Amino acid sequence: MNAHMQPTGSAYFLTQETQQTERHTLSVLVDNEPGILARVVGLFSARGYNIESLTVSETEHGRRLSRITVVVVATPKVLVQIKLQLERLVPVHRVHDLTAEGNYVERELALIKVKGTGEHRAETLRLADAFRAHIVDATVESFVFEVTGKPDKIDSFIALMGPLGLVEVVRTGLAAIGRGPEGM
Amino acid sequence: MAEKMTGAEMVIQALADQGVEHIFGYPGGAALPIYDAMFQQEQVKHILVRHEQGATHMAEGYARSTGKPGVVLVTSGPGATNAVTGLTDALMDSIPLVCITAQVPTSLIGTDGFQECDTVGITRSCTKHNYLVKDIKDLPRVLHEAFHIATTGRPGPVVVDIPKDIQFALGDYYKPEIETLRHASYRPQVDGDLKAIEAAVDLMLRAERPVFYTGGGVINAGPEASENLRELAELTGFPVTSTLMGLGAFPASNSQWLGMLGMHGTYEANWAMHDCDVMINIGARFDDRITGRIDAFSPNSRKIHVDIDPSSINKIIRVDIPIVGDCNRVLEEMIRVWRSRTNQPRTEAIAPWWKQIEKWRSVGSLNFKNSETTIKPQWAIQRLYEATRNQSKDVFITTEVGQHQMWAAQHFHFDKPNRWMTSGGLGTMGYGLPAAVGVQVAHPDALVIDIAGEASVQMTMQEMSTAVQYRLPIKIFILNNERMGMVRQWQDLLHGSRYAHSYSESLPDFVKLAEAYGGKGIRCENPAELDAAIAEMLDYDGPVLFDVIVEKDENCLPMIPSGKPHNEIILPDTANLGSIIDEKGRALV
Repeated sequence: MNAHMQPTGSAYFLTQETQQTERHTLSVLVDNEPGILARVVGLFSARGYNIESLTVSETEHGRRLSRITVVVVATPKVLVQIKLQLERLVPVHRVHDLTAEGNYVERELALIKVKGTGEHRAETLRLADAFRAHIVDATVESFVFEVTGKPDKIDSFIALMGPLGLVEVVRTGLAAIGRGPEGM
Repeated sequence: MAEKMTGAEMVIQALADQGVEHIFGYPGGAALPIYDAMFQQEQVKHILVRHEQGATHMAEGYARSTGKPGVVLVTSGPGATNAVTGLTDALMDSIPLVCITAQVPTSLIGTDGFQECDTVGITRSCTKHNYLVKDIKDLPRVLHEAFHIATTGRPGPVVVDIPKDIQFALGDYYKPEIETLRHASYRPQVDGDLKAIEAAVDLMLRAERPVFYTGGGVINAGPEASENLRELAELTGFPVTSTLMGLGAFPASNSQWLGMLGMHGTYEANWAMHDCDVMINIGARFDDRITGRIDAFSPNSRKIHVDIDPSSINKIIRVDIPIVGDCNRVLEEMIRVWRSRTNQPRTEAIAPWWKQIEKWRSVGSLNFKNSETTIKPQWAIQRLYEATRNQSKDVFITTEVGQHQMWAAQHFHFDKPNRWMTSGGLGTMGYGLPAAVGVQVAHPDALVIDIAGEASVQMTMQEMSTAVQYRLPIKIFILNNERMGMVRQWQDLLHGSRYAHSYSESLPDFVKLAEAYGGKGIRCENPAELDAAIAEMLDYDGPVLFDVIVEKDENCLPMIPSGKPHNEIILPDTANLGSIIDEKGRALV
């Protein structure tokens, strides 16, 4: 039954995972109470799970509920543990593994500052238009763009801006929601 | 019905409403309003400890021996940080505790005030849940919610941190109904899935080499769970082994009992785990002390796992039939389903398996070479056990951590649950003495014995003073080998017998020490005098420190060493421990 597991020579560490890691997006519905973010983040650090992105904000003011969207990279076995360990926290209502459940949309917003004049400036604007980036601040030698989309779209835009005078970037982290009429 | 009172009064009122009779605590500046409120009532009795760690272990002993939550009250800053070890211990062993910590006034929080610490920050990872109450309106709900969370689902410690100004503030006290408690997010699953239970029973009905592997969850599920375990074992005829935490759930005097399993478990229990075809885990968590090398753990079995905590399932060992639920309810259902299928135990089908088990049993893995000149620690425990069997009193045993703990688990036998208090998960030296105090507070007429080592017992020695103050006649049975015996054994196993700091120099004279505290001290080093000395200890009406001078270099065996599977267990006749563990095993704990 455990034949697929590789020997590690160790009785006290978890068996070496032979499975590949996967990137999953989890949606976590929590009570918005003091310390909840510390509980979630503390759980990840205490148990050695990796967070790639974490977004949190109150989503239902009246019921004081927050939604945390967290992107994790782990093996399938650990992904199940992460979900169960999160659900163990008293203020956590539900955890959905959106990636495992399939049908969902994800978006991220980034603000990107680019400096440049002349031909670079014109090329910057052409690319921004292609990526549907909005200009939210402009001076004679710089722009701040707002761009939303999937993380890889933002990655591409940032990569293109690199040689054109990229100064700095801020990103919100991922927000994700299931498709269709059902709520969480 | 709301009633106006101060926050401090609410604390006492909530404790009284929860049926709390005893709390263990230590006052300090920030906790004074609560202490003042306590002074003016008689419902809740306070036991003054000598160190806050002692308070938490007392509460653990109290909780483990009664099934009720243990309650601790400490002040801010050092009071709270001293409680951390016991809170972590309770979390690891799933013991229901409510720990009320005082905090500096809200206006001082975050200013590095005197005796301020970030209690909720520090205890977040060592509690099941914790609260900082910043509004008097929240206090009644939080206090009752704390008890609800500590005692339901998988039990654990809950901290309620109350700033001093909230203790003084006036507010409306009420006792909320459990259903109205805010945490809609907290709904432990107690009833096991019926389909899974039926599948489990069907698997058990086909088993040829079955074994019950039971744990602390059976104890936590209440005495009925132990009754049901006995009934199911009788119905099926299957052998039963248990973890350290589960001892007493199944009677050691029963012929189906294999003894404890794991690193220092019996040969028959570990071989049965390794060779079984159906493993029925009830309320245990596949801890590393149990599994040994996990890629070689019970390689040919189908595994059933009953646990109230879903995150315990498939955490370490993949199982075939997981059942999330309360052990007692699941056991009841298993009995019902088994009865609906058959009225016969599987005596015939598993007869060859029992024959094999008898072969393993005949190895006598707990045997040791006795001596006429020095007291062997195993023998001392056997003599203690025999002496306590004649007592009319109920007997409770606590332990510290180390060799003596394992010998106690091997050689002291339990027929009832809640009689065995030990630090399993965290392995906290210094647990046993205060735990014994807590047990004796809960059971004033019982015989409570801390089986201790001379190193461990010094970690919380000062609670002897608490025992004397409250006339708690605990017996501290010190197996004194002038070594941190388990550390020394590992240094023999792994480090070429270089005994780095594992011996006890400048030991106190425990007899004089006992007398200094106002208790009785007894020393014994002659095997011929041991029985009489034990009788003297048991007859004395008051706390006793009994210094048993034992063989210095005895090893605790059998042992499954680091990096080895169950079937490579070391037996007592092994001559040279130093050659057993390979290079890789050395990195392990």
